[in-house]
Amino acid sequence: MPGPPVTTSTGVKVRVVTLKINEHDIGARETDSILDVAQANHIRIPSLCFLEGLSTWGACRLCVVEIEGYPRPVSACSTTVSEGMVITTHSDRLKRYRRTILELLFAERNHVCSVCVSNGHCELQDLAAECGMDHVRVPYRNQPYAVDSTHEMYRVDHNRCVLCTRCVRVCDEIEGAHTWDVMGRGIECQVITDLNQPWGDSSSCTSCGKCVQVCPTGALVKKGTAAGEMEKHDEFLPYLAQMRGNR
Amino acid sequence: MNLEDLAEIAERSAEAEKSQRHCVRVCMAASCQSSGAGAVLEGLRQHAKQDADGGVHVKPVGCMGLCSAGPLVSVDATETKTDVMYKDVTPDDTGDLYASLGGAPLERLRCPTDIPFFACQQRIVLKNSGIIDPEHLDDYIAAGGYSSLVRAVTELTPADVLREVKQSGLRGRGGGGYPAGLKWSTVAMSPEPHKFVICNADEGDPGAFMDRAVLESDPHRVLEGMALAGYAIGAEHAYVYIRAEYPLAVERLKKAIKQATKKGLLGRRISDTTFNFEIEIRLGAGAFVCGEETALMASIQGLRGQPRPRPPYPAEEGLWECPTLINNVETLANIPSILDRGGDWFKGIGTETSTGTKVFALAGRIANSGLIEVPMGIRLREIVEQIGGGIPDGRRFKAVQTGGPSGGCLPEQHLDMPVEYDTLRSAGSIMGSGGMIVMDETSSMVDVARYFMEFCMTESCGKCVPCRAGTVQMHGLLDKIAEGLATQADLDLLEELCDVVQATSLCGLGQTAPNPVLSTLRYFRHEYDEKLRPESERMPRLPVVTGDN
Repeated sequence: MPGPPVTTSTGVKVRVVTLKINEHDIGARETDSILDVAQANHIRIPSLCFLEGLSTWGACRLCVVEIEGYPRPVSACSTTVSEGMVITTHSDRLKRYRRTILELLFAERNHVCSVCVSNGHCELQDLAAECGMDHVRVPYRNQPYAVDSTHEMYRVDHNRCVLCTRCVRVCDEIEGAHTWDVMGRGIECQVITDLNQPWGDSSSCTSCGKCVQVCPTGALVKKGTAAGEMEKHDEFLPYLAQMRGNR
Repeated sequence: MNLEDLAEIAERSAEAEKSQRHCVRVCMAASCQSSGAGAVLEGLRQHAKQDADGGVHVKPVGCMGLCSAGPLVSVDATETKTDVMYKDVTPDDTGDLYASLGGAPLERLRCPTDIPFFACQQRIVLKNSGIIDPEHLDDYIAAGGYSSLVRAVTELTPADVLREVKQSGLRGRGGGGYPAGLKWSTVAMSPEPHKFVICNADEGDPGAFMDRAVLESDPHRVLEGMALAGYAIGAEHAYVYIRAEYPLAVERLKKAIKQATKKGLLGRRISDTTFNFEIEIRLGAGAFVCGEETALMASIQGLRGQPRPRPPYPAEEGLWECPTLINNVETLANIPSILDRGGDWFKGIGTETSTGTKVFALAGRIANSGLIEVPMGIRLREIVEQIGGGIPDGRRFKAVQTGGPSGGCLPEQHLDMPVEYDTLRSAGSIMGSGGMIVMDETSSMVDVARYFMEFCMTESCGKCVPCRAGTVQMHGLLDKIAEGLATQADLDLLEELCDVVQATSLCGLGQTAPNPVLSTLRYFRHEYDEKLRPESERMPRLPVVTGDN
C-alpha cells in the first residue's frame, strides 16, 4: 500500500512507495527514478549519459535494469519507481549487455587511453574497468574524426566523443547559451558548436567551460594538458541546478 | 451542415449521375499517374468534349488496387449498372475505348473483375477508393461521408462514440496493434484542458504504400475519423504528420481540409454545435524514425526528430506535454464506418482478437502487385496464391516479408497461418503497417537481412548507443557473411548483437532492427551456414587503417 503523503521543500505532496532492489526492501518517493533511489541506497548502477543536475537523456543504455513483469529491460535513469516494483540491477544478462554496449562504444571511435589527456580521469575507462570489459570483440571502425583547437582555452576531439550530449544539455540548461548541438543522424552524428562553425568563431559561446567539466571522456579538454593530466570537476552542477529551480 | 444538408447534397449528386449515360473513372493515384494516367484522363476528356451526344462523365478517382496493371480505367453504364475495367491503357487507346462506350467492351484491354484479386477482398477503408473523386467533397458526401461525424456531434455524446470504438475491438494499424478504444479512453479520461489528435502518416517501410493510397484516394475519410477522435477525447486541435515524399497526398489533403472547413465540417462550431476542430499539416523531412510517436511529436514541436524514453506515454504527456492521441491513417480511416454501422458489425469481421480488415501493399515477386483489403484471419496462402496470383515465371515461392524493417520473413510452412497480430508475432514477424514483400527461390535471405539492416543503420537517429553503433556492426557482419569471408565466430557475434540491440535500444526502431536477421536465421539458417568459412580458413586480420587514407 502507498504510504502517507510527504511534503517536499517545494510544498508539493509526494507519496512514498516501497520496492525491492536486489532483494533489499527500500522506501522511496514515487517521483524518484530508479537510478536516484539506487544511488541513495548505495546501490551502484553504471551510467554514462546521466548527470545529476541535467535533464534525463536515457541514451547510453548502460543503466538498464530488469523489473519483474516487464517484457524488456528499462533504463533506470528514465523510469520512475512504483509501489511493489522488484528490480534486479546486476543479473548475468545485464552485465553481458553492459559489456557489449561498452565494446560498441570503444569500437565506434578512437578510444586509446594511453595517449589520452583524460587517461585515469575518464568515466568511459572507469566503466570498462567496472563492467569487466577487458577486450573488444567487434571490429574497430577506425574512422578518423576532426579535432577542433580553434577555441583559445579549450579543445574538442571528436575521436573521443561518446555522444552523451552532456555538453549540449549543460550549455542549454545551465549556462543558457545553447552553443552545442548534435548534427547528422545514426553513426554520422557529431556534436557541433553553433551551426557547425569552428568553436573559436562561435558567437554564442561564453567560454564558461562547463561543457569541458561535464564531459565524461577526453573529447572536451582544457588546452595545455598532457596525457593523464585532465581532471574534471562537475561538483558545481547540482548546486547550480538547484539555484536555477531544480531543472 | 446538418444531416438534411448532407442528404440534399447526396440527392443532387444522385440526380446528376442519373442524367449521365456513362461514368468513366480514371485512376489518378501516384502509381497510375507515374505510368501515364494523366494523359489518358486528358484524352478521354477531349473525346467527351467533342462528343455531340454528351452524357459521358470522365472522372479522376483514387487507387483501384491492381497497380501492376495501371493505368486503370473503369467504365460503368448508369442504366445497366455494369462495370467494365480496362488495364494498361495508353493515350492512343482512348479513341477506341471511348468508341466502345455503350457497345461491346473493348476486349483487348479488358481486365476481368471476377478474378480472386477483386473477389476475395472486403473493403471498408478502401470503400470509396477508385470510385469517388478524391478532390470533390460532394462525391464523398454522396457516398455517405461526414454523416457519422454530423450524427455524432449532434446526437451522440463523446462517451457514446468511445463505446462504439471500444466495442469494435479495433487495434492500431500502424504496427503495434494496441487497442484503439483503450488508447482513446486513456486520453479522454485526462482532465487536462488542452489535448491533441495526431494522424501518423509518416509511412516509411520499404514496399509499403497503404497510407499513401488512402490519403490520395479518400482524404476526407481520414479527416472525418480524426474529427470523430477529437470529439470523443475532447481535443480541438489536430495535426497530420505526413512525409514530404508524398506530394500528391499532401496536395489532396490540403485541398480536402480547405473544402471541409469551408462547408463547416471542420473548423469552428461544427454543425452549429460547440465542437471546434482544426487540422494542420506538418511535413516530415525524410527521417524514418519520425514515424515513432515520441520522435514524431518532437518533430512537430520543431525539435530534432528523435525519440525519448516512454513512459510517460503520449496519452499522458504528449505534444507540448498535453495528452495526445496518435493513430495511424488506416486506424482513423476505419472510424467513420465503425460509427456508421456500429462496433458490433465491425467486430463481426475478422477474428476474435484481430477484428475488421487490413490493407496490405503487395509487392515483390508476385503476379498482381498492388493494394488489397482483406478480412483479418485470412490465410497468407490465399493472399499470395489467389489474390496475388502466385509467383510469376514458374518460380517457386520462398518467403513473404511482413512488417518492413521491423518485421520478419515467413517461409512456406507458415503460409496456412491466419493473418492476425498475435499469430504473426509468434511466428517471428509482425503485422506491421501492411507492407508485404513476396520473394521467390532466387532471393538470398542473407541479402534480404543485409538490405533491411542497411536501412535501419542509415535511419537510426543516433541517440542511443546500441542502435547507433550496434546496427553498424551488425551490417558489417552481414556484409562479411554475404561475401563469404565470415566464420562461425562472426555468426555467433551477430546473434549476440541481435540480442543486445533488441533488448536495450531506446525506441521501437532499434528494438525491432534485429528482427529481419532473427527471422531469417530461424527459418533459413542453412543459407547463412553455407556462406561461412571453416574456422581453419579464417581470414587473417586486416591491417589497421589509420589517418586519412
